[in-house]
Amino acid sequence: MAYNLKEAIQKPNRLASGHRMCAGCGAPVVVNAVLRGLKPEDHAVIGAATGCLEVSTFIYPYTSWRDSFIHSAFENAGATVAGAEACYKAYKRQGKLPEDEHTKFIAFGGDGGTYDIGLQSLSGAMERGHDMVYVCYDNGAYMNTGIQRSSATPKFADTTTSPAGAVVPGKQQRRKDLTEVMAGHHLPYVAQTAAVGNYADLKGGMPGTFADITTKAEKAIYTEGACFLNILAPCPRGWGYETEDLMLINKLAVETCYWPLYEIIDGRYVVNYKPKEKRPVADWLKLQKRFRHLFKPGNEWMIEELQKEVDERWERLLALEELTNKVGE
Amino acid sequence: MSIRERLSGNEAVANAMRQINPDVVAAFPITPSTEVPQYFSTFVNNGKVDTEFVPVESEHSAMSACIGASSAGGRVMTATSANGLSLMWEMLYIAASLRLPIVMSCVNRAVSGPLNIHNDHSDSMGARDSGWIQLYGETNQEAYDNALMAIRIAEHKDVMLPVMNCYDGFITSHSIENIELLEDDKAKGFVGTYHPEHFLLNKKEPIAVGPLDVQPYLFEHKFQQAEAMRKAKDVILEVSEEFYKLTGRKYGLFEEYKMDDAEIAVVVLNSTAGTAKYTIDRLREKGVKAGLVKPRVFRPFPVTEIAESLKNCKAVAILDKCDSTNGAAGPLYTEVTSALYTTGITDVKTVAYTFGIGGRDVKSSDIEKVYTDLQEIVASGKVENPFRYLGLKG
Repeated sequence: MAYNLKEAIQKPNRLASGHRMCAGCGAPVVVNAVLRGLKPEDHAVIGAATGCLEVSTFIYPYTSWRDSFIHSAFENAGATVAGAEACYKAYKRQGKLPEDEHTKFIAFGGDGGTYDIGLQSLSGAMERGHDMVYVCYDNGAYMNTGIQRSSATPKFADTTTSPAGAVVPGKQQRRKDLTEVMAGHHLPYVAQTAAVGNYADLKGGMPGTFADITTKAEKAIYTEGACFLNILAPCPRGWGYETEDLMLINKLAVETCYWPLYEIIDGRYVVNYKPKEKRPVADWLKLQKRFRHLFKPGNEWMIEELQKEVDERWERLLALEELTNKVGE
Repeated sequence: MSIRERLSGNEAVANAMRQINPDVVAAFPITPSTEVPQYFSTFVNNGKVDTEFVPVESEHSAMSACIGASSAGGRVMTATSANGLSLMWEMLYIAASLRLPIVMSCVNRAVSGPLNIHNDHSDSMGARDSGWIQLYGETNQEAYDNALMAIRIAEHKDVMLPVMNCYDGFITSHSIENIELLEDDKAKGFVGTYHPEHFLLNKKEPIAVGPLDVQPYLFEHKFQQAEAMRKAKDVILEVSEEFYKLTGRKYGLFEEYKMDDAEIAVVVLNSTAGTAKYTIDRLREKGVKAGLVKPRVFRPFPVTEIAESLKNCKAVAILDKCDSTNGAAGPLYTEVTSALYTTGITDVKTVAYTFGIGGRDVKSSDIEKVYTDLQEIVASGKVENPFRYLGLKG
């Protein structure tokens, strides 16, 4: 299904406005872009892990979710949505639902609820092959509890549990690569994406916001089986950027290859965007207060180390693309 | 005609589940409950049920999947024991607060640590305030019957709470006994079909489940939950009465054994009640007016009814197969003595025994010792040490 900008933007937001997410937060943009991947006529059961998204969109007695929604706890969005999907299968088998009515299952979790505490539940749900999509909106720390480090936090980032101190300069460990962890589950569809391009579909260049997320969401939602999307979702409070810079932060994450846009279709890697000129990671880091200490004299080595990490991961990704496409030939 | 069979407790419960034909069963193996999902998955793979079986990667996910499935509109069942129940802890409270009629077999086993796979009641007793209705059963027959009745109780519109069907690990779960099963059509007729009022899969009425519920609302929601638990008592009696008419097997909030003229009585849960009945029969031959109260319903706790049953006794021993480690005595003791005091009964002497921890065998001679102690209490009019241990090696 070719992406059509006009069609996509005419679809109503399935997450209604009026929720309490911060201005400049990447998560609601991600959610609405993902939900645009749903066919308008299809019903959806959407789950969320405890986190900013959940506590800001469903405060009793109000909900922003136009579809059926369930939240139960922090570490179990995978299992909770898997349970609902299992019930759907049983209902369908018994003819309890009209044959021409379709329900799709989508779980959202932040990086804390996905990379860390929810990893087991996610892994189980994906391995069992429930017909669902798990979407991680990755803001690289426990933002809802006040910016604590997670395994998704980049090295050297200043968080409230990895503060940039006089002796220890921020987080000391490298970021876990969850997209690759999910690739190891041999799922029919895994993708990494971000909201880039601000609605414009730049032909031959970087895909537009809804073009990349929505196209991948649509593939994930309508590919039978368990699919996974890892989506960058910057956090103005945790990262320390101006709210109006959200799209710029996303764009630079992609242009620096810190957050490559790619998909793994039945094991075959496709890198969706390869910048003609890879920008230095410092361009992305310098807009964020969490990396401010990296720019102090004498700390150049930290930026160099991060650059090396980004380069290595990018080269590895390109090599995987080449390798897996050769295997498929 | 009912079907006479010889089955283990777990197999009997798995057969009840086959007859119930739930939409979803999500479970994880843990001794001694493992056989329940094991038997059940053979029913699934042999096409005996319409159930979607979800072999999850942990008990936390088992209860989470049950919550998702039940919210979606399904009739949902599971089984666990001990540490499995511990891992579900967080989700037990959430299942109850979301008013989901999930039915779980809790095959009682000691909670670690140290590790022990044998029977005591530390698992379900630890979860006594999680908002689940708790039924306890002495025999395979009771475990089977309670499984069927639990569905009706949980799904009753005045209740809508999850139910835990507790029976003793190994002693009940693995021992083979004679049992009467209902014919499939009768069992199916009794449990009926589940028609959820609001459910995730209803496209015509999308709903949102599990909000952030802040200061202006949570208290009232918890009160509604507590009210449902209070109403459950009458519903349990109604359902039990209907079951009696169908099967001739009578169930109440608790079972009384030779309580009409009992001067001394034991209160004990589950399989130990069988040993107590045997002991009572021997004592009665010697003219000892001994009796037994075996609670079936621990949540909601039948405060006035149990006090009424015990009020004419001179002394009562309450036996807990778990230690509250509160420096005093176990939960059954606390509940029963509180019930007596609350109803103004202060002239019945009470004594607590912690027993059978980690599967320590309980012999009829142990129970006889309790009745002898009660006779001494009656004779002296004093309870020297109210918090005792039974079967503990000196």
